[in-house]
Amino acid sequence: MNKLLTVSPSPHEYSRESTRKLMYGVVIALAPALLATIWFFGWAALIVTSVSVVSCIIFEYLIQKFILRIKPTITDGSAIVTGLLLAFCLPSNLPPGLVILGALVAIGIGKMTFGGLGNNPFNPALVGRVFLFLSFPAQMTTWPLPGGFNASFTDALTGATPLSILNENYDKAGIDVLMSDPELSMPGYQELFWGNMGGSLGEIAAFALIIGLGYMLIRKIITWHIPVSILLTVTVFTGILWLARPEANADPLYHLMTGGLLLGAIFMATDYVTSPMSKKGMIIYGTGIGVITVLIRRFGAYPEGVQFAILIMNAFTPLINIYMKPKRFGEEVKNG
Amino acid sequence: MLKTFPKGGVHPPENKISSGVPIEAMPLPEQVIIPVNQHLGAPAEAVVEKGETVKAGQIIARSKGFVSANIHSSVSGKVLKVDKMPDASGYKQTSVVINVEGDEWLETVDRSKELKKNISLSGEEIIKKCAENGIVGMGGATFPSHVKLSIPQGKKCDVLIINGVECEPYLTSDHRLMIEKPEELLTGTSLLMKALGVNRAFIGIENNKKDAIDKLKGLASSYDGISIHALKVKYPQGAEKQLIKALINREVPSGGLPVDVGTVVHNAGTAFAVYEAVQKNKPLVERVVTVSGKGLDKTLNLLARIGTPVSKLIEYAGGLPESTAKVVNGGPMMGKALGSLEVPVTKGTSGIIIFRDEESRRKEKGPCIRCARCISVCPMGLEPYLLMTLTEKELYERAEKDRIMDCMECGSCSFTCPANRPLLDYIRLGKAYVGKIIRERKQK
Ligand code: SF4
Ligand code: SF4
Repeated sequence: MNKLLTVSPSPHEYSRESTRKLMYGVVIALAPALLATIWFFGWAALIVTSVSVVSCIIFEYLIQKFILRIKPTITDGSAIVTGLLLAFCLPSNLPPGLVILGALVAIGIGKMTFGGLGNNPFNPALVGRVFLFLSFPAQMTTWPLPGGFNASFTDALTGATPLSILNENYDKAGIDVLMSDPELSMPGYQELFWGNMGGSLGEIAAFALIIGLGYMLIRKIITWHIPVSILLTVTVFTGILWLARPEANADPLYHLMTGGLLLGAIFMATDYVTSPMSKKGMIIYGTGIGVITVLIRRFGAYPEGVQFAILIMNAFTPLINIYMKPKRFGEEVKNG
Repeated sequence: MLKTFPKGGVHPPENKISSGVPIEAMPLPEQVIIPVNQHLGAPAEAVVEKGETVKAGQIIARSKGFVSANIHSSVSGKVLKVDKMPDASGYKQTSVVINVEGDEWLETVDRSKELKKNISLSGEEIIKKCAENGIVGMGGATFPSHVKLSIPQGKKCDVLIINGVECEPYLTSDHRLMIEKPEELLTGTSLLMKALGVNRAFIGIENNKKDAIDKLKGLASSYDGISIHALKVKYPQGAEKQLIKALINREVPSGGLPVDVGTVVHNAGTAFAVYEAVQKNKPLVERVVTVSGKGLDKTLNLLARIGTPVSKLIEYAGGLPESTAKVVNGGPMMGKALGSLEVPVTKGTSGIIIFRDEESRRKEKGPCIRCARCISVCPMGLEPYLLMTLTEKELYERAEKDRIMDCMECGSCSFTCPANRPLLDYIRLGKAYVGKIIRERKQK
């Protein structure tokens, strides 16, 4: 019995969870929305998504290999998630060159300058998207209407998103008038739910996003705290506005299903790296995102607020982590 | 809904391979190595010399001070030497090495199988018997039992908790004891109740041991004040603070002891040892040790004499398989990997687990993705990822404020981390530094 034995400190048993499995879990959760968007936007959606994903992977590889000179970690799946999320905030007719630029900013500036996975303060996909939005506002705010695989790239019908219509016409016309105006062709709840409407790739099909949420909750990839607190806050806040002046404000359900709120609440705000760690912190963060979203939508210059709201709350995450500690065992002694 | 502790915890694969294997007495080895320090507190002082003949049950090292425990010979034979010998920790410490001759016991020890349920001694006498017979906690912490039973002045204890949780994977020694010696265990529990002056005892058992729960439930009705509680399977439920929370919903304050919330916890194996010590006058010289692992042909629950070399146990189980890479003393979550197998079984050895190569390799660590899983599973409500970072950066003051000393080293965080971060390795290191800082501060 002179075998050489391994001596290492406990524990000697490990769970089967891994970073890679979690990231691919998010990819699977995004699949229904991807299928829905391909159904509605056809080739255009497929092209934008593949260009975005492939460029994110390549940029991550190149930067790690040649600039940072570290072992590339592209197989961990995080670049794929960033690529998908970036594509999901873009219109389907965005030229591939701009998509690539967005990917470079997302990975290069949003992720790698801070030291790569785990160290970036802001959601990389949102960094890319905001960069494109500020630099190319025209291309970033024309939204092709769904045309399936038959739509051609150049002359696709474009239209404004429902929230921008509401935002522009606020106080000019009653909401009932807007909703029934055939020229504006505002999507109804049915369209919003199934995704038959204009908008960015990932914001259109509510049902597909909700399936993704269900999957991530069941697989325990995320907990309910962030998405639920965001959605609840938006519901309550827009509900109050709506009850106060129903003729001028859209109802909470309309708010929930438009403007990428579901996409943001389910997939972007829940990014591990940029959201708080404790349950209390997550709820504060989610509530903050909800409030800021409604403030921007209703009182700000931009029709859509959720992405800015997430970035703003990303900035508060370190602070939230410092002050919102988990409840320590044996801290408050309540005995009974 | 089964009771459990509310915060954190994990569910590692249970692997209770040996749960159906009856306890078997291990044949006597040729030689035993009995360390004088098998417990928490001051080491005992050897009172035998080289060449002396000893009987099984005879005292060979006397406790020094209150927090210490007597050590008895587990065999009869001749003392070969009293010398520094390596123990399971890898360090050398004073041990009595005895060459076994026959199996002769002290006449005072009652070795009959007869069950003695009648309690004739007073509480104080029971505590004295525990101290004389060297009883310590047998779950692994090895705290001297007579110390735990002596309630400090000004404190009150109103309920006794018996820990039959055995939440570590693989281990089945308590499980077997509960099935095979239920009356002895319940009598032991009554003795502990009397010693503490309480009239209630809760026995907590995880629900993966239904046979033990049923058996004890059936018998408990004839014992005053003892109730059996099935608990949801969750690690680390066997940790004192978590078990107390699960059973009686009291939270031991940070840095405090169970008695601060009116309770004392003893292990099921300890209750059995107390029965033997008090009713049969038998010192703690043998214990049940699980020998298990996926690569073994047969797994065992062995009644082994204290001081038996671990190698003998493994030999008895068919020898070390080719595939072996690691041998762990204790369970896979908190046990210690052994560097040598020529170390003795001691009072706290609950199991010897053999890991194959593929089970014992650590995976490559990645960056922390801040998934907060380590926070969710920490039963103490700590932030393991942060404690690791603070230790890496040597920010010990902040680590202390973030309660690094509350960590009980259960390993749930390292177990869970998807990035395979060696969280507990760093936290242990941090605790060592912070502990030193605290001690220095106190001295000033
Ligand atoms: S479980 Fe691991 S990856 Fe997740 S936050 Fe903790 S240390 Fe980081
Ligand atoms: S920090 Fe300590 S108490 Fe918390 S899970 Fe890790 S080892 Fe267990």
